[in-house]
Amino acid sequence: MLDGSDPFVRFRNVQKSYDGETLVVKNLNLEIEAGEFVTMLGPSGSGKTTCLMMLAGFETATHGEIELGGSPINNIPPHKRGIGMVFQNYALFPHMTVAENLAFPLKVRKMTPAEVEEKVKRALDMVQMAAFGDRKPAQLSGGQQQRIALARALVFEPELVLMDEPLGALDKQLREHMQYEIKHIHENLGVTVVYVTHDQSEALTMSNRIAVFDDGVIQQLADPVTLYERPENSFVAQFIGENNTMPGVVESVAKGVASVKLDSGDTVKALAINTDGKGSRTSLSVRPERCVVSQKKTAGLSSLKGRLEELIYLGDHVRCRMNVAGNDEFIVKVPNTADHLGLEIGAETYVGWKTDDCRALDFKAG
Amino acid sequence: MDATQPITAADGTPLKKKLAQAMFRSKLRAAGLVAPLLAFVLASFIFPILALMWQGVHNDTFARYMPNLTEELRVWDGVSEPTEEMYALLVADLKQNRADKTIGKVASRVNQELAGTRSLFTSTARKAKKLEPPYKEALIKTKKKWGQLEVWQAMKLTNQSLTPGYYATSLDAVYTVDSGFVMKEEKRQIYTKLFVRTLFISATVMLLCLLLGYPVAYLLATLPLKYSNLLMIMVLLPFWTSLLVRTTAWIAILQSQGVVNDLLVWIGVASDEGRFSLIYNMTGTIVAMTHILLPFMILPLYSVMKTIPPSYMRAARSLGATPTRAFIKVYMPQTVPGIGAGGLLVFILAIGYYITPALVGGQDGQLISNMIAYHMQKSLNWSLAAALGGILLGGVLVLYWAYDRIIGIDNMKLG
Ligand SMILES: Nc1ncnc2c1ncn2[C@@H]1O[C@H](COP(=O)(O)OP(=O)(O)OP(=O)(O)O)[C@@H](O)[C@H]1O
Ligand SMILES: [Mg+2]
Repeated sequence: MLDGSDPFVRFRNVQKSYDGETLVVKNLNLEIEAGEFVTMLGPSGSGKTTCLMMLAGFETATHGEIELGGSPINNIPPHKRGIGMVFQNYALFPHMTVAENLAFPLKVRKMTPAEVEEKVKRALDMVQMAAFGDRKPAQLSGGQQQRIALARALVFEPELVLMDEPLGALDKQLREHMQYEIKHIHENLGVTVVYVTHDQSEALTMSNRIAVFDDGVIQQLADPVTLYERPENSFVAQFIGENNTMPGVVESVAKGVASVKLDSGDTVKALAINTDGKGSRTSLSVRPERCVVSQKKTAGLSSLKGRLEELIYLGDHVRCRMNVAGNDEFIVKVPNTADHLGLEIGAETYVGWKTDDCRALDFKAG
Repeated sequence: MDATQPITAADGTPLKKKLAQAMFRSKLRAAGLVAPLLAFVLASFIFPILALMWQGVHNDTFARYMPNLTEELRVWDGVSEPTEEMYALLVADLKQNRADKTIGKVASRVNQELAGTRSLFTSTARKAKKLEPPYKEALIKTKKKWGQLEVWQAMKLTNQSLTPGYYATSLDAVYTVDSGFVMKEEKRQIYTKLFVRTLFISATVMLLCLLLGYPVAYLLATLPLKYSNLLMIMVLLPFWTSLLVRTTAWIAILQSQGVVNDLLVWIGVASDEGRFSLIYNMTGTIVAMTHILLPFMILPLYSVMKTIPPSYMRAARSLGATPTRAFIKVYMPQTVPGIGAGGLLVFILAIGYYITPALVGGQDGQLISNMIAYHMQKSLNWSLAAALGGILLGGVLVLYWAYDRIIGIDNMKLG
């Protein structure tokens, strides 16, 4: 089925509306290669689950086409799609034991008892739950249930596995542990994974590529590094990691570098990434860890005057909340090195950054 | 830690005792809060039931109103010829009964044991004053029956205040002086047949309710809110109309000139002369009771189904199960507590159902409850009614026990 040119999964101009009045998913285009780990990341209500459900076959696309392995699957019922799925509440069948849960997809496929037993055992070993086959799901902890749900979605060797916030109900430590485990399983088995989360650090840790959703539209689709280092619009810059914004007006653009007059009156240079050219409003975006606090203007950096409002000591670094260019939520992370200067609340200092670290993006009010 | 050593609180008293002390006040308050209800339940439910159960095995009418004869009857062996002395005491008691106007009660009581003895007692009592010794001959002269051993045996039985007789009757047996329990001949058995029929109709009604109610409950639990609300109102609507109205509506629908038969004739399924008899028989009882008890099946089912998240079905489908298979293997097992609760509720309600079978049951649609009502209201044999009721109650308790054994009572969900 798969001839080199076709991606494994493809959303083509997909739209979805539940009520016929509003589009929950607006013109989605997404291509996923075999073996990839793609994460859909976005705030609540942005349409991630809806996309996943359309792929799994539980919702029909109002418009557009979804292809799996090169052929459209719009009219194939869910049970014939052969897609593994992990649900947020795990959906382990409460009246069956763990082993019976795992055997379910195999029995449905009419495998022999010997085969079933063998595969169930292997799947349980994979998630290190071999000793728990005879328990009922209710007798397992959240993390253990999670592993079983994962094993069940994988036991029938699907080529594609969908996971909808599978770690949402776990505590932080267990969640981080499971992130690595899922990542390793993905690497070992080579399955394609489409993962939904609204936790950005989870997305950054696990994915090959991340699709940032907002309002039913993919805002940016890129690998984690690109997404963090080079966000293409204000939403992505705000949503992924921490970010300082400064509103202003583009005065001129030359060789990809814009000169921006901030609302506070200062003029700074920034990479022109997403502006409508001269005279348009823009939001400048700088990461807190790319800013430098100094007593004097530093050569080679854009520097603005700032006033230290608040200091939060975090061990490895100090978080400084400053008032810069009229924005008193401007954050700078100062590494806790031996020679860091004695910062004091109320001190007037300079804050500087490289032009390459400052991006002029689309303007968003508020 | 040593497990056998009781744990002690900081001041050295055992922890259990300390806890009990601490809980005492709150327990007292809790008891105070439930006390009125407890008293009400005791007075209006437990006590009447106990009294009824007592009445089923205890009837001292004879012993009370025949004070002279009672001692003599007790020592009599029940098979030898009654003595002149017994006849004399009988006459003395009859005279007294006549004067006290209690002869009716005594006559009815003995009549329960041996049919056809009522008039024997009442007419003899009327003449008792004029009787002269020797009483044996005099009595046999007035009524030949006094010479029959059977009559005296019946009196000996009724003389026992604590009697298994009513339970024997309830099970179509006779309790006799000489040979204990004896089953009645097949064609004179009424109560066992009625019990069997009651069980059969109740089981049928329960199954029909399950078959009809399951899809409705499923719809209720899965439809979008605006439709499911409407459906819920339709399910609950019968609760807002009187039981009598609903039952008479079935009469209008099912009678031979009723809607259904008219329709069948019109379609040509039945000829005008050969209209089906759908009411005043078992069919009528089953149809009307199924309709009336349906909500009691739907509501527990619904409350269970409501708690089953749709993700289970979706998970089953994504694992490769067809919709049917997913439904049978994943959804249905999870509704078992609802099926159990609804089934038990409908069955127990059906077993004691009374008004509907009385109105639409005709001859062969009567249940045991109608018989109990008959003995309460018409024949005034309360003790027999109590015995029948006691058997019914016992049956329900056995059912409860079996249910607890098989499914577990704490698995039951009523809402
Ligand atoms: N079955 C449904 N009927 C009607 N509207 C729905 C339905 N499911 C989702 N929606 C709406 O579609 C929008 C997107 O929902 P979706 O569940 O895809 O969001 P999400 O990105 O998964 O959010 P979350 O992170 O909270 O899970 C929401 O506005 C939601 O209200
Ligand atoms: Mg969601």
